[in-house]
Amino acid sequence: MFDRRLITHFDWPLLLLIVLTALIGIANLYSATSSWSTLATPVYIKQTYWLSGGILLAAIVSFIDYRHLQHLGYIFYGLTLLLLAAVLLVGKTSMGATRWLDLGFFNLQPSEIMKIVIIIALACYFARQDTLAGYSFEDLWIPFLLLGIPAFLIMKQPDLGTALIVLFIGFTMSLFAGIRKGTLTVLAILAAGGAGGGWFLLHDYQKQRILTFLSPERDPLGSGYHIIQSKIAVGSGGFFGKGFMKGTQSQLSFLPERHTDFAFSVFAEEWGFCGSLLLLGLYLLIIIWGIYVARSAADLFGTFLAFGVSAMLFWHIVINLGMVIGLLPVVGVPLPLFSYGGTSMITTMLGTGLLLNVSMRRFTF
Amino acid sequence: MALNTGWSGSPALKKRFIIASLAALAVFVFLFLRLWYLQIIQADIYQALSEKNRTRYIPIAAPRGPIVDRDGHMLVDNRPAFRITALRQEVEEPEKMLTRLAELLALDLEILQERWAAGRRFPRYRPVPLADDVSRQALERVMEHSYELPGILTEVRPVRFYPHGESAAHLFGYLGEITEEELRAAPYQAYHPGDFVGKNGLERGIEQYLTGIPGERRVEVDVKGKKLRILKTQEPVPGNRVTLTINRDLQLATEEAFGDQAGAAVALDINTGEVLAMVSTPCYDPSLFARGITGKEWVELLHNPLDPLQNRALKGQYPPGSIFKIVTALAALESGKATARTKVDCQGALTVGNRSFRCWKKGGHGVTDLKKALKESCDVWFYEVSQQVGIDRIADMARRLGLGEPTGLGLAGERQGLIPDQQWKQQKFNDRWYRGETLIASIGQGYILTTPLQLATMMATVANGGTVLRPYLVKHIEDMAGETQQQTQPQIVRKAHLNKSQLDALRRGLEAVVNEPHGTAWMSRIKELPYAGKTGTSQVVHQRKRREKDAEIPYRLRDHALFSAYAPAANPQIAVAVVVEHGSHGSSAAAPIAKAMFDSYFKLQSPTESGAAEEN
Repeated sequence: MFDRRLITHFDWPLLLLIVLTALIGIANLYSATSSWSTLATPVYIKQTYWLSGGILLAAIVSFIDYRHLQHLGYIFYGLTLLLLAAVLLVGKTSMGATRWLDLGFFNLQPSEIMKIVIIIALACYFARQDTLAGYSFEDLWIPFLLLGIPAFLIMKQPDLGTALIVLFIGFTMSLFAGIRKGTLTVLAILAAGGAGGGWFLLHDYQKQRILTFLSPERDPLGSGYHIIQSKIAVGSGGFFGKGFMKGTQSQLSFLPERHTDFAFSVFAEEWGFCGSLLLLGLYLLIIIWGIYVARSAADLFGTFLAFGVSAMLFWHIVINLGMVIGLLPVVGVPLPLFSYGGTSMITTMLGTGLLLNVSMRRFTF
Repeated sequence: MALNTGWSGSPALKKRFIIASLAALAVFVFLFLRLWYLQIIQADIYQALSEKNRTRYIPIAAPRGPIVDRDGHMLVDNRPAFRITALRQEVEEPEKMLTRLAELLALDLEILQERWAAGRRFPRYRPVPLADDVSRQALERVMEHSYELPGILTEVRPVRFYPHGESAAHLFGYLGEITEEELRAAPYQAYHPGDFVGKNGLERGIEQYLTGIPGERRVEVDVKGKKLRILKTQEPVPGNRVTLTINRDLQLATEEAFGDQAGAAVALDINTGEVLAMVSTPCYDPSLFARGITGKEWVELLHNPLDPLQNRALKGQYPPGSIFKIVTALAALESGKATARTKVDCQGALTVGNRSFRCWKKGGHGVTDLKKALKESCDVWFYEVSQQVGIDRIADMARRLGLGEPTGLGLAGERQGLIPDQQWKQQKFNDRWYRGETLIASIGQGYILTTPLQLATMMATVANGGTVLRPYLVKHIEDMAGETQQQTQPQIVRKAHLNKSQLDALRRGLEAVVNEPHGTAWMSRIKELPYAGKTGTSQVVHQRKRREKDAEIPYRLRDHALFSAYAPAANPQIAVAVVVEHGSHGSSAAAPIAKAMFDSYFKLQSPTESGAAEEN
């Protein structure tokens, strides 16, 4: 039985925000890669394909009632864990990291799926508990276990960026679910200790990145180069920017990874502070809108689902921007809707689908 | 199937939504502030950095200033030369590239490898020079195969061009790539690795005038340093035009007169100290350096027994032989121990103590006065009077005339010669001065050493009445707009305070040397131009057997031939000094060169010739 209210309550403004941002992203990719002499399909065309596919996917996801997921959450979780384990055993290695499963027609990256699946799994857990007083250690060991296993497996690939995103999503959802003050204090102390201990678990290149972040001039031609060139690109944009396709840092290839992780630097160089502000505003609006969807959700599961997706987008945006403007170490986290890449687009649009899903069913009770 | 719906509207949850929204907002405000800081506050700094990223300054070599003779004849000029360079960042397989280039240029691979290795001192975007002054054909071969040689570039550079070949090469000196030590030295602050600088001679002495201001081309490059477009070109400013005191024709005539003999000659304007000619033979080909001398060529020059790199005119130190009799004569006259009329009976030798000091003429000159002693170069007359005068007065006169100290010409490496006296011997050998040594010194043998430049200066002093002038080579320097940058004025080093009548007596003797029968330079006289001079022969081997003929003596053991003169005798203008190494006799080897110099110099100025030119 199709509910006509689903159409009338469809969250057009959210979709519009998402599509608008993605279109700006595609224009930016056009500029960033215009100097490339390619025989293959240009990057911005491919990104357009991904966006179109993503919108379709979001539409499909939004029309399957999210409440069914509450029964499937742990099953998805278990299956995705198996995939992550499979990556470590038979995964495809590229550039020193093993992150993909070769499915013949498609390289599947299970860690990306895990970002969405962990949201569903934690939403399942927190939605079933009634803890107005907040969670204690006894309540939290299950969600932490749910988080810890995939984070560990992803870290092993190694993929520090994705592992961090998964952990951040989980912690943000846990905080939102409510943690007792005493427990929170102990957790904070443990986290601080863990960060210190975690240093020794990092790969050399990861340590290098963090050291380089703290002082990029340590290695201006090596790992510090990215941060330095990105800051130059952003800073030299000034107030009005150098103009579309006129950014020398990007057009003359001084900026590395300018179509993926450093896409924002290209934008900031060409559109200046004005453009950056507009884009920042769009992203903030998307996050706030997500939180609003969570708040107006018809049930607690929907609330946690929408909140988790907002958290996922938030951390991606903040880590990526923080990284390209020199506030955070370079960890390889894409900027949603802006960085080129099918995986990132699909994950973002899956999340968008979930948000639309929760949003359009807020009046169904 | 609502789950915990009562929970969603709770105030606690509402509070969490507000906190979450505010937290997100706070983080974004933080990002916003960071962007504000980067894009507004620090925009200028980053804009400068981004400009620096995309622009490269490619230097354009400035042509060095031309060098001309006193009449404007070109002596050193520039010509365009092709240079092959390589951009390090674009060369992926250096070994392969160097090997191929060596084949195409027919060059030694090792030389290319050396130059490539030396290029590590350069910034990555600066092309490494590999081959200088390659021929057009070689350049074309390289260009045809450029597809095999990524990163190879060609540029046109000005290099030194010498229209008269080896002529006066010692004066000009040569250029070479700047060394690490030079780069650290104060005068070379504005230079870069790979620049060429004067290494000696004038090129070094007046480097700051000759080197121009390099221009530069500002080009936009991508991250690989690939040139995309020229943003701005600043043309180089050529170096200044240097006018020398040298008379080109006199210089060439002197060099020609030397033939393949080794030696040196200097001609000075007696009234100004201008160097009209300065010759040192054998010479080297300065164009070897202009195109970049190879290690092999350099070693050959260094080990040549005739030492072609040495400028003998100011670095060669020779006993002056009988030319020194001028000094002894003046010292004797001034001390009053002898007059022009003092007569000595030369019997071919003079015995002092238990040793006999021989005259060059075995049979002796008979009764000899000053004029005859100079004219025929009688040794005994000088032996006799020098005993009265003593070494210290002779040494003092020598120094007053400019011997025993560098003349101050301004070229690096000038030697000071040696004028011995009692004090000197005491200090040097901790021994007293013996009378016999005075005798030997009086005829310019023994410890005495002089440079050809000093001899010419001395002769000029005698000719101009006793003023020691500092010889100089650079007449004036002007920039390309014709503005005078430097004008050299004659500079008096000292007045020798010579008595005019005594000087006249000396000069009568010197005139007789050339113009009277039995004068030692009689064979080199010029009928229409009476001039004055003094021959000299300086012994290379003291124990030489008297009867031996010159041809029988090995070259290295033959005496040096010297001659110094001024002309015209009545109204002197020019003084010359000539040394022919191992030329045996001043009269037969050195005087004819001086004669050729006067021929050349005065023919230019003879009224008949210039008059004829005007009529034409």
